[in-house]
Order: sequence, then structure tokens, then C-alpha cells
Amino acid sequence: METKEVSRRNFLRVTGIAGTALCLGFYFPANAKQEELVTASGAADSEIEMNAWIRIDANGKVTLTDHRAEMGQGSYQSVPQIIAEELEVDLKDINVVFAQGDQAKYGSQITGGSSTIRGIYKKLLKLSATAREMLITAAATKWNVPGGECYAESGHVIHKPSGKKFNYGELVAVASKLPAPKEVKLKKISEYKLIRKPLQKLDTPLKTNGGAIFGLDKKLPGMLYAVVERNPRQRGKVKSFSDAAALKVPGVKHVFKVQMKVFNTIREGVAVVADSTWAAMQGRKVLHVEWDDSGFEHVNSADLFKRQEELLRKEEGLFAKKQGDPDKAIEQAAKKIDVIYQTPYQAHSAMEPLNCVAYYQSDKVEVWGPIQAPDWVQGGISTEFKIPKEKIIVNMTFLGGGFGRKAFLDYPLEAVTISKEIGKPVQVVWTREDDMTQGPFRAGISYRGQGAIENGEISALKFKMAGQNIDHWNSPKRDHANGSTTEGFLNPYFESIKNISFADVPFEMPLPNMWWRSVYASTNGFAYESFMNEMAVLAGQDQLDFRRRYLKDERCQRLIDKMEEVSGWKSRKKGDGFGVAITECFTSTVGQVVKVSRRADGKVKIDHVWAVMDCGWYVNPDIISAQVEGSIVMALGAATTHEITFKDGLTEQQNFYNYQMPRMSDMPLVEVHVMDNDADAGGVGEPGLPPFSPALTDAIFDLTGKRIRKLPFDMNAV
Amino acid sequence: MITLNVNGQRHNVDADPNMPLLWAIRDILGLTGTKYGCGAAQCGACTVHLNGEAVRSCVTKVSRAAGQQIVTIEGLSVANDHPLQLAWNELNVPQCGYCQSGQLMSAAVLLRENPNPTDQDIDDAMSGNICRCGTYQRVRAAIHKAAAMQREGAKI
Repeated sequence: METKEVSRRNFLRVTGIAGTALCLGFYFPANAKQEELVTASGAADSEIEMNAWIRIDANGKVTLTDHRAEMGQGSYQSVPQIIAEELEVDLKDINVVFAQGDQAKYGSQITGGSSTIRGIYKKLLKLSATAREMLITAAATKWNVPGGECYAESGHVIHKPSGKKFNYGELVAVASKLPAPKEVKLKKISEYKLIRKPLQKLDTPLKTNGGAIFGLDKKLPGMLYAVVERNPRQRGKVKSFSDAAALKVPGVKHVFKVQMKVFNTIREGVAVVADSTWAAMQGRKVLHVEWDDSGFEHVNSADLFKRQEELLRKEEGLFAKKQGDPDKAIEQAAKKIDVIYQTPYQAHSAMEPLNCVAYYQSDKVEVWGPIQAPDWVQGGISTEFKIPKEKIIVNMTFLGGGFGRKAFLDYPLEAVTISKEIGKPVQVVWTREDDMTQGPFRAGISYRGQGAIENGEISALKFKMAGQNIDHWNSPKRDHANGSTTEGFLNPYFESIKNISFADVPFEMPLPNMWWRSVYASTNGFAYESFMNEMAVLAGQDQLDFRRRYLKDERCQRLIDKMEEVSGWKSRKKGDGFGVAITECFTSTVGQVVKVSRRADGKVKIDHVWAVMDCGWYVNPDIISAQVEGSIVMALGAATTHEITFKDGLTEQQNFYNYQMPRMSDMPLVEVHVMDNDADAGGVGEPGLPPFSPALTDAIFDLTGKRIRKLPFDMNAV
Repeated sequence: MITLNVNGQRHNVDADPNMPLLWAIRDILGLTGTKYGCGAAQCGACTVHLNGEAVRSCVTKVSRAAGQQIVTIEGLSVANDHPLQLAWNELNVPQCGYCQSGQLMSAAVLLRENPNPTDQDIDDAMSGNICRCGTYQRVRAAIHKAAAMQREGAKI
């Protein structure tokens, strides 16, 4: 990382900024490998646009920009918690604002891949420490004392020998004219006062009094409301529609056809625009649309999974990874298994249904919404409407959940289309039914696992998957295996298992699909870790000991020790069912132990889940616990209470009455442990999800002797 | 015109009598703390108090609420200091936060009627409120905490 040198001439040029505020950020040159750290003066020098990640005003106010979405995963807390640590300010004195979408300014803003912290924490630490050092230098200059006699604390620089102090605001005028130091000393983990502490979150007060503004809460003067009747088979066309009855509904202003690009297909629908959400919904009820659903297959779920299974039995597929000769080893082995696992299609079902406010004006476009990727939305609007990016403002509100769905561009683009048509600001509201039936969905995937045991050791593993590939929506590459075929599977296995292969059997369906929390690990993890448990049984070994033999990496060994210790693995009682699984996801490893038992009424109950997370360097252990607790609930739903199915091409589930969510009474006791180490930070928001379903089904096997290989299953029937 | 008494204030609103209270509160009165989640009384995100009872405002017609006492999340306390709100903050309950207005409004009725709820009581009272982020364990703990605070004399 380099810092910009600032010349005297430039001080004069940037008087408007320097002198009144200290701003530090990074500049992301389009083709550079590394971002450069810049101050406001440096930015003016090179005439680049700087992202003011940290801004300290002359009145001492500290404003931090959160470049990523806040959708429950905690960036609104964890980004400030990092910055406050090295900047030496109190969290309560910080004002957090959401960045607008601008990749040139902020780099990638997609809140996905559990990347917010792991992608930026080193830079944020350095940025904050740089600002602190500049403030210390400014104070030392004003006092005419050596910088080494001064230190920063709680938004002040203090002169140690004399006890004199300045608050940061008083130092801004001088500090903002200093060059940024090239090297700054960062704290050791043992010196942290905020990082690694389970601090209360800054956004909680807003979320307990109705004050947080989500997408649906955004209102503009003169704004109209729209709902859209979209083709129920997602990719059919509007043949004709009658707007007469809808236009008679009081409050309804406009009815017209809208087209929306969804990856490489076009989604068609009819928009009803009114002066209230309710009026628009009433108008839609009396809308009559005829659809043309020719030219593509109308999918039936039962057929889909049958076809996947047939492909897995018949085709070798495209290898994603292969070492040794698993076929030969399996052929020669006396002890072997060959099984199929199936995972269902799923809807994201964030509690805040999709929505977006857009205002298309002749010279600019502005949108507000629960948006996971504001930079992508800016780019998408620019491309679709042929408007330069600088005239497009994308504002992130709080997100009422995202889980991957709100990183997609269709709903903001649709809102812009409708605003353009009516010439007014509009809020497009998706009903729960729209949100649930339209997708894109997590794809349902089938897996075949074949494995052999020789002398108590794994002699071969062979996995194949058949499911829709997310990437194929944009660029069909059917000659390449899905790059995510091994996602979720722990790398150290490859070092200890000689004969092993993973293949992707190409499978296409005209169903919109995309990433869903933890992406392929959410389905791969179930198959691969269930299979490891089956192999342990075949080898006659304890599941944890079995993994110890193959996961020789030191961090894995410690993780397994911790799982064993916290769950009381060795002292488990007869009549209890215990199951385990360990998966990798976005560079973090999570192991879970699930305990189940049979209640007096004969039903199986989940008593306890112990989760051990190794995410390396981390910010807030309570946020990690919360994310793992939530991931487990989401996995529980996908394993036991809901799935999306299709009949004649129509989504069969519409709302929570037939897509049942886990509820308070389903909540098991979840205990989360975070491994302490200083390895590079890994993801937090998603890695807690994949190990739950294989650990749960393993616990049920331990209790009942019945191995569940198809999700979802009914807990009341095991 | 329909008269709505919301959080102690009278409003005369010009709304279709069949309009659900939810949309009147949000779109007409501009009180956006009450959330739309399902429109079918399945998720509880829209829970408000109608004469002290927890109701799903997405299926309650404004005509039914006319003249009645309505309390929304904005009216649960003056300074975000209802024992439940304090406990929610202390235990970092919300994640995305979207369902939490409804969770709090359901919990407030439970706590008023049952100052010392058991886990089973909490299951019974709170199972109508879905949280997709999965904050249930913390909601439960926070209700217990608020109950303890209430017993120790915090105002409600």
C-alpha cells in the first residue's frame, strides 16, 4: 500500500476540505492490484474521487461510512468497531452512514460471500491508525513537543508529561494538511480494547422503537405505489391483458405491461400503479392477464429429482477435482457404499419482501431500497437505461434480510422502469406471494456418494452432483464442471485421502436460480458430511475420531478437540442421539454437534446444538454467536419445515402457510464457541449454516438407526 | 372519514373501510415501524395493540379499528425504555430487525398478562412471530430478562 505525497500547492487547492475536516479513505484505481490510502489533500492532488471512510469534523464529530449493506449480519457494528479501535474514539461518538453505490469509490460493495470484514479489515485498521497518527502529529506540532510524548484516547490527544489534551476536532485544521505517514504501528490483539469484545450493537436502538428505515419505509413526496402481476412461470410472456376493471378501483392511476431482464431471460408482467399500496393491490386483484407460456418446459419437481438421480447413475460428468483412481479402489473394495442425497429448492424469504423506490428524471436516476450490491445496481441501471454512472444514485436502506436474493438487480431495475413510464417517484412492493413464487431460488441438487473402506481406512471417495448451475444463467459453459462442486468440503481431506474425485453432471432446467445463504456449501455440506458420517459407520469408528484421522491440519485438530470438549462427546448417554459435521465456507470452518432425544410423546426433539467456529481474526464474538444461531435456524427450516416445489411449472408454495418457517417453539438450545487465533479473518454470516443438517441427520441416525438422505424431512415422523 | 386513535393521538383518515389497518398506519399516518411481512396473519411482523390486545394489523380492517385505542411500536414507550426494549438492547436481539417491532408488541402483551412467563408460555405467546434471521433464542432470553427487570420495579 502506498500513501500519496502531498505538495504545498495542493494544500492551497484543497482548502475547502482540508482545514475543516480530516477525511481518510481509499482510492480504488480501476486496474490497480492494490488500493491506495489517500487523504483529502492527496485526493485533490491527483483529482481522484476518494471514499471518505473516516471523516472527522472540526466540531469533533466522527462519521464512518459503511460501504456494505446491513442486513442483520452486523456490518453497521463491526466496521465501526474496527475503526474505533485504532482511531481511539468512543463508539457512542460515531455516526454511521451507508455509502451510496459506487465501485470506483469503494471497490466491491456486494454484501455476499461473507466478505465484509475479511475483505477489508486490514485496510480499515491501517486507515484508522493513520488518522490517529496524523492527529497525534498535529497535536505535537501545536504544542511543539515530540510526538512520542503524546497518545490518543477517547477522541483526544493527550500530552503525557503535562496532561494537556486536545479533542480531535481541535486538531482537524492542522492534521488535514499533513501528509499521511507511510508506516503506522498497529495494535497487537492483546492490546485491543474494542475488537474481540461482545459490545452492544449500534443499530439495536433503531430496531427496537421502529426507527430503522428499511426499503419499504422510504417515502418520497408525490410517490406512487406499484405492484406487478408477474408471469407465474417466471419466463412466460404476456399474451394480453384487460385493465378496465383495475382502472376503476379508486386510487389506481396506471396499468401497463413491464418487461424485466432476469439473467438471460425476460420476465413479463403487468404493473398496477396507485396512490397507496392497498389500492394497487386491489387493482391487481381485478386485473385479467392471459399468458403465453409456450417454448419452455413446465417443470414438475418429482420428475426433476428423478432425472437428476438417473443422470448420477448413468453419467460420469465433468471432473472438478480428481486424484488417484477412486473407481479402481471402489471396484476392489469389500466394504463400500453407494448412496444418493437430495436437497430441495428453497426461497430466500427475507422478512422484508422485495421492494424498491425509484425516481427516474430526465437528467438523473435515484433509487432507495434494501440493496445488497449498490455498485452492481448502479452499473445495471447505467447499462439498461444508457445513463452515465455518475448520474445514478443508489441508496442502501437497512435490509430486512437479504440472504443473497437482494444482491440481484431485477427489482431495482423494475422500479426504475416503472418510474420512467409514469414520470414520478414510485415504490414497487412485492407481496409475500410474489417474493416466494418468483425466485430466483436456491437450486435443488442431487448428489451421489460412493466410497470404500480398506483396513479401517478410506480407500476411495467419489462424489457427483447434478443440479442447476447458477453461473449458467449468465454464460453457459457446459463443458466446464461447476467451479463450486467441492465447496464446503474441507481441503485437508485432499491431503489424506489418496483416491478421491468430484464431478458435476450438467443439468439444466428453465427455473431461475441463484445463491442462497452459504451458496453451494448449503447443499454440498449435507451430502459430503453425511457421507463422511456413513463412512465412519462403515469403518466402525467414532465420527469425531474418524475425522481426526483425515483432517490433520492443526486448526482442524483443535476444532475437533473443542467440539468434543464442549459437547461432552465422550460422556454421552445411552438414549441420546449425537451427530456431527464440519464444513468450510468462505474461509471459515465450523463444526457442529447436535444432540437429539425422544420425548415422552414419541417425537424426536433437538435438545442442544454446539457450534464451534474458527474464523481466524474476528471483531465481535457476540455477532458471531448471533450469526451462527441464525444460520442454524435457517438450516433447520431448509432441513425440516420448508421447500419450494413445482407443478406444471408453477411454484406450489405462496406464503408462510405452506412454506412453514421454524418458530419459537422449534428453537433448540444453541451454544456457540469461537476459536481464538490470529489467522486471517474468515467469513461469519454464512459458515454456520452448512454443517447443521448433516449433524442433525447424523444425530437422528445415532438415535434411531435411520439415515435420512433427502431433505426436507418431517421431524414428527422420525 | 375514519377516526384512528394511534399512540394517544387522534387522526381522521380518508381510507377505504376495508383497507387493512397496516396500510393505513404505514402509508397514510407514516408510522413505518409496523411492518408488512405476509399480509395473511402468518408472520406477526405487523403486530399492534388494539385495546391492549395483540392483533395482526395486516388482516384487521380500519373499520374495525375505528375509534379504538391502537398502539404501535412507536408508542410502546416514550424513550425506548420499556423493559423489553432495554432487554432487547442488552442482549443484542435484533439482526436485520425487520420482525422485531412485531416480536416486541407480542411480547409486551405476554409480559403484561403474565409477569413471570415460563419457556412454554413464551413458546405459546411468541410462535406467531416469524424471525427469518433466527433470533428466537435471544427473544426468549430477553423476555425472561425483561420479566426480571419488571419484577425488580422497572416501569412498564
